[in-house]
Amino acid sequence: MNMNVKTPPQAAPLPTISGDRGLDHEEPLIFELGRPGKTGVDLPDVEVSDARLGGLRRRGSIGLPSLSEPEVVRHYVRLSRMNYAIDAGLYPLGSCTMKHNPRLNEKMARLPGFADLHPLAPQSAAQGALTLMNELARWLMKLAGMPAVTLAPKAGAHGELCGILSIRAAVEASGQKRTRVLIPESAHGTNPATAAFAGFTVDEIKATPDGRVDLESLKGKLGPDVAALMLTNPNTCGLFERDIVEIARLVHEAGAYFYCDGANFNAIAGRVRPGDLGVDAMHINLHKTFSTPHGGGGPGAGPVVLSARLAPFAPLPLMVLEHGKIRLIEDVSEAPAGAKPFGRMCAFHGQMGMFVRALAYMLSHGRDGIRQASEDAVLNANYVLASLNDVLHAPFEGPCMHEALFDEKTLHENGVTTLDFAKAMIDEGYHPMTMYFPLVVHGAMLIEPTESESKESLDRFIAVLRTMALDAAAGRKERFEGAPRLAPRRRLDEVAASRKPVLRWKPAPARAAE
Amino acid sequence: MSETRYTEQHEWVRVEGDEGTIGITRYATEQLGDVVFVELPDVGKTIAKGGQGAVVESVKAASEVYAPVGGTVTAVNETLNGDPATVNAAPEEAGWFFKLKIADKGELASLMTEAKYQDYVKGL
Amino acid sequence: MRYLPLTKDDRAAMLARIGARDVDALFRDVPKSAEAPLESFDLPDARGELEVERAFSALAKRNVAAGDVPSFCGAGAYRHHVPAAVDHLIQRSEFLTSYTPYQPEISQGTLQYLFEFQTQVALLTGMDVANASLYDGSTATAEAVLMAFRLTKRPKAIFSGGIHPHYAATTETIANLHGKVVRAPVAPGRVADLTSMIDEQTACVIVQTPDVFGLIRDLRPIAEAAHAKGALLIAVVTEIVSLGLIMPPGEQGADIVAAEGQSIGNGLSFGGPYLGLFATREKFVRQMPGRLVGETVDADGRRGYVLTLSTREQHIRRDKATSNICTNSGLCALAFTIHLSLLGEGGLAKLAAANHARAARLAQMLTAVKGVELVTPQFFNEFTLRLPRPAAAVVETLAARGLLAGVPASRLMPANPDVRDFLIVAATETNTDEDCAAFAKALGEVLS
Repeated sequence: MNMNVKTPPQAAPLPTISGDRGLDHEEPLIFELGRPGKTGVDLPDVEVSDARLGGLRRRGSIGLPSLSEPEVVRHYVRLSRMNYAIDAGLYPLGSCTMKHNPRLNEKMARLPGFADLHPLAPQSAAQGALTLMNELARWLMKLAGMPAVTLAPKAGAHGELCGILSIRAAVEASGQKRTRVLIPESAHGTNPATAAFAGFTVDEIKATPDGRVDLESLKGKLGPDVAALMLTNPNTCGLFERDIVEIARLVHEAGAYFYCDGANFNAIAGRVRPGDLGVDAMHINLHKTFSTPHGGGGPGAGPVVLSARLAPFAPLPLMVLEHGKIRLIEDVSEAPAGAKPFGRMCAFHGQMGMFVRALAYMLSHGRDGIRQASEDAVLNANYVLASLNDVLHAPFEGPCMHEALFDEKTLHENGVTTLDFAKAMIDEGYHPMTMYFPLVVHGAMLIEPTESESKESLDRFIAVLRTMALDAAAGRKERFEGAPRLAPRRRLDEVAASRKPVLRWKPAPARAAE
Repeated sequence: MSETRYTEQHEWVRVEGDEGTIGITRYATEQLGDVVFVELPDVGKTIAKGGQGAVVESVKAASEVYAPVGGTVTAVNETLNGDPATVNAAPEEAGWFFKLKIADKGELASLMTEAKYQDYVKGL
Repeated sequence: MRYLPLTKDDRAAMLARIGARDVDALFRDVPKSAEAPLESFDLPDARGELEVERAFSALAKRNVAAGDVPSFCGAGAYRHHVPAAVDHLIQRSEFLTSYTPYQPEISQGTLQYLFEFQTQVALLTGMDVANASLYDGSTATAEAVLMAFRLTKRPKAIFSGGIHPHYAATTETIANLHGKVVRAPVAPGRVADLTSMIDEQTACVIVQTPDVFGLIRDLRPIAEAAHAKGALLIAVVTEIVSLGLIMPPGEQGADIVAAEGQSIGNGLSFGGPYLGLFATREKFVRQMPGRLVGETVDADGRRGYVLTLSTREQHIRRDKATSNICTNSGLCALAFTIHLSLLGEGGLAKLAAANHARAARLAQMLTAVKGVELVTPQFFNEFTLRLPRPAAAVVETLAARGLLAGVPASRLMPANPDVRDFLIVAATETNTDEDCAAFAKALGEVLS
C-alpha cells in the first residue's frame, strides 16, 4: 500500500506582509470593496416620471456597493477558492451522494429553449419542455416500478412533505381517523419534522442490534390509527432492510401507507424497483441519484413516485395527453375526473432546470449505466469498509450498500473524537465524512464514496485514513488536536455566532454605535 | 425554608411557600454544552405538570424544559435573554429560568430529593 | 461508460479484497423476489454525448424561447438581461459542485457570499435581517404565514385579492394544516378594503406589491390597520427589480417580506429553479425559517462565517422544527448576489427606471388600440389591459403569429369568469422599441 502521507508542519508558516499566503487570498466583504461612481453594467440613463408610481417612489439610497466587472469577478473567484468541491476531490459525505456532475447536463440546461422559456408561455409554445417533463416522469416511474409521479417538489424534504400530504389526503378521503406516523429511530431528521409538520404525531420504532427495523417493535406499534410508516431503504446505516417485503405487508394489512425515503435510491436504481417492494410513495432526490449539482446547498428537486392508491391525490400541476399534445392542468377547477389533487407545492411546474440535467444523466447512462453506477457505488463502499474495518470499528456487519458506517469506539478510548478525526481529514485534503449521523451509533462516521471514485483514488484515501486511525488508536493526538491547521480557516466559534448573532454587514458607524 | 426537588429530565424546582423556582441541573448543562439561547414563557401563562415551560438551545441541540409541577408563571429570568451563558456558569443559582405559583403542592411528592437525584445521575 | 472510472480488473480486485464472489453477493440482503433483471426495465441503454445533445436540441427547438420572439410574459417570472460574468462565475466548480457549508473551514466561499446576500436582501427590502434563501417566492410566502402563526399564536391569515393565485394555493396547502387562510375577492386594478376583515384572530395580512395584475399597492394603511389589531403585515414581491424604484416594504411597515428573486441573476427556466427571498425584523429572527449565516471568528481570531441558529432546523429539532425546509437555493442566491454586485446602487436604479419607462410607453401604445383599456393606473413594469374579448384566444392567435403577448388572467384563474378579458403584460429592458411597435400593430390587427 502506498503510504505516501506527509506529516503536518511542526510550526505555523511565517506571517506574510499581505496577509495572503501564496494562492490563498484573504478577501474582504463586497461591501468593503465598493466605491461610489463605479459600475459593472452599462445601462442608459432614463428619466422616469412619477405619474404612474402612485406616490411610492423610493426615497434615499439603498446602500448597495458599486464595483466594476473585473473587481466583481476577482471577488467571487477568490471566494470560490475557499471552498472544497467534488470536482477537486473525494467528498465522502454519507447520505449526501456527492457524485460527479457531468458538464453535458449543464450545457443542456442552458439551451435557450429550456433556460429562456417562460413558465406561462402558451402551452402550444412549450411542447418540447412538456415532452421532456413527461419523458423524465416515464424514466422515474419505470425505475421505481410505480404508476404515477409528481415532479413539483423542489427538494428532498419538500418531496417528503408532498408524499405525506398525499397520504393525508387519501386517509381523509377514506373517512378514517389515522393520526400516527411510525418512524425508525435511525431516520433522517427530516422524516419526523415532515410528519409533525403535516399534523401527525410521530412514534419511533426500535432498531435491531444489526441496524434494521425491529419487526416486533413495528408490530407492537401498528394499529388502526396509524397513517403511515416512513422508512429509508437502504437505511441510514447503509444497510438494506432485509424484511422490507414483510414490513410492507404488515403496514398494508394495518390499513396504513408505506412511505419510503428515497434518499438512498442511488444504491439500488436499476436493480430493485421500490414498487415491487410494496412502497406507496417515495421521493427521489434528483440532486443525489441523478447528479444535478448540489450548488453549495441547493437548488435540488424531489419528485415523488406514487402507488395507484395514492395517484389520484397528487398535487397540481397535472399532465394529461390531449389530441397528441401534452396539457398542463394548473388549477383544480380543470382537474380531470377522478383526480383529487391535495393542493399545490409551489408556483409554476417544479424545477425544470433540474429536470433537464437529470434526464441528460439518465439518457447518458441508460438503464445499463444506471445499474452499473449503483453496483459500483455499492462496490466502492464495501471496498472502503473491508479496507478499514480492522482499524476503525464498524458497528454492523457487512455487506453494506452504498455507504460504510463506522463509530468512534477505537478513537475515543484515546481521547480522539469523531469531530477531531473528521477535521483532521481536512488537513489531508479531504472533505470530512458525515458525522454523528445516524444517531443510533455513537460518534457515527458515514462514508459514501459514490461510483465516481476510481480505485486509485480510493486506495489513496484508504491509506490516509488507515494511518490516521492507527495514530488515533496509538494515542498520537497531534494531528487531531485543533485540526484543521491548513484550511482557509481553523475551527470557528459557533457559540459566539449564535449567542450574539451578526447576520448582516453594517457600515462602520452603525457597528460602532452598537 | 426552601427545599429543592429534581426530575428525571434534569429540571430542578426550589420551593418557597407557594412559589417554585425552576431551572436545569449542572448535569443537564454539561450534556448540552454552551447554552446560546433560552426561550422563556410569558408571565401569567398556566403550565400543567410536565408541560413545556421553556426551550434551551446550545449550538447542537434544542431541548424543552418541562415544568416539574403545574402552576402559573409569576416571573422569568430576564438576565438569560442578554446573557445565556449564565445557565452554564450557575445552573442552580443565577441561571434559573422561571418562577411558578404552584397549583398543587401534592405534585412535589413524585419528584426526587437531591440525594436521590445524585444517585440517579450516577446510574446514567 | 464515460462517467464510471472502475475497470473490469479493478472490480475483480476489489471484490477479492472484500471477499465477495461477485457483485450480486453484495446485494445479498435484497430479497430474490425483489431483484429486477436489467431486461425488465423498458428503457434504452447508454448513449454518447453527441446523441444526448441531439435529443435535447430537438426538444428545445419545440419551445418558443422568450429571446427568440417579442415576449411580454410576466406574472411572477421576468426576463431580464443577465451579464455574462454571472453564468461564468456560478459554474466554477467550487461553487457548483460543493455541498451545504456544514464544514465552515473549507466552505468560507459559500458562507461569505451568503452573508453578503443576506445583507443585500435586507437592504433591498428595507428590513433588518434576511435568511440565506428559500425554494422560491411561493414557498417563502407560505413560510411567512407559518411564522406569523407562531409569532402571534393566532390562526387566521388574510390574502389580499391581488395575490398571485399560485402563491395563494401553495400557502393554503401548507398553512391550512396549522391555521386558516382566507382570500379577499379579486378586483383587478382596484384596492379592495381588507381592513374590515382583520380581527383579533388574525395573525397576518398578506399583500403583494406590485400585485399579480401589476398594480403598485400602498402598504402603509394596511400595515396600520393590521398592527392596530395586533396582526402582522406580510409583503410579497414577485418582481424584485421593482425595489430599485419603489419604496421598499420595510419602509411601509411590513413585518415580513417574502419575495421571488429570479429577476436578478436567474433565467426563466420554465418556472424553476427560482429563489425565495425572506426578510424580517431583528426581533423576529429566532422564528425565521431557513438557513442563516452569521459572522464569527476562528481559533486564530480571524473573521469567518458559519451557519448559525441551526437548532431551529429540522435535522436537529426533528419533530419540533420551525419548518420543513431543508435546503436553500444556494446557486440561485449566488447568481442573484453576483448580478446585484455588478449592478450596484446606480445600476439597479437605472435598470428599474428603464423597466418602468418601457412599460409606461408600451401601455400608452397598447391603449391606443381601439377597445383596449388600462386597468392598473399605477404600475412598475407590468400592467393589466381589458380587451374587448377573451384574452386567452387573443394570446393564442398572437403566439401563432410569433409574439408572446403576456399572460391571460384566465390562465391563473380559470374558474373566475370576471377576469376572462384581462391580459397581464410585462415589459422589461429586454424589449426593444421594435418589439413594442410589433405588439401594438399585431394587437390592433387581431382585435379589428
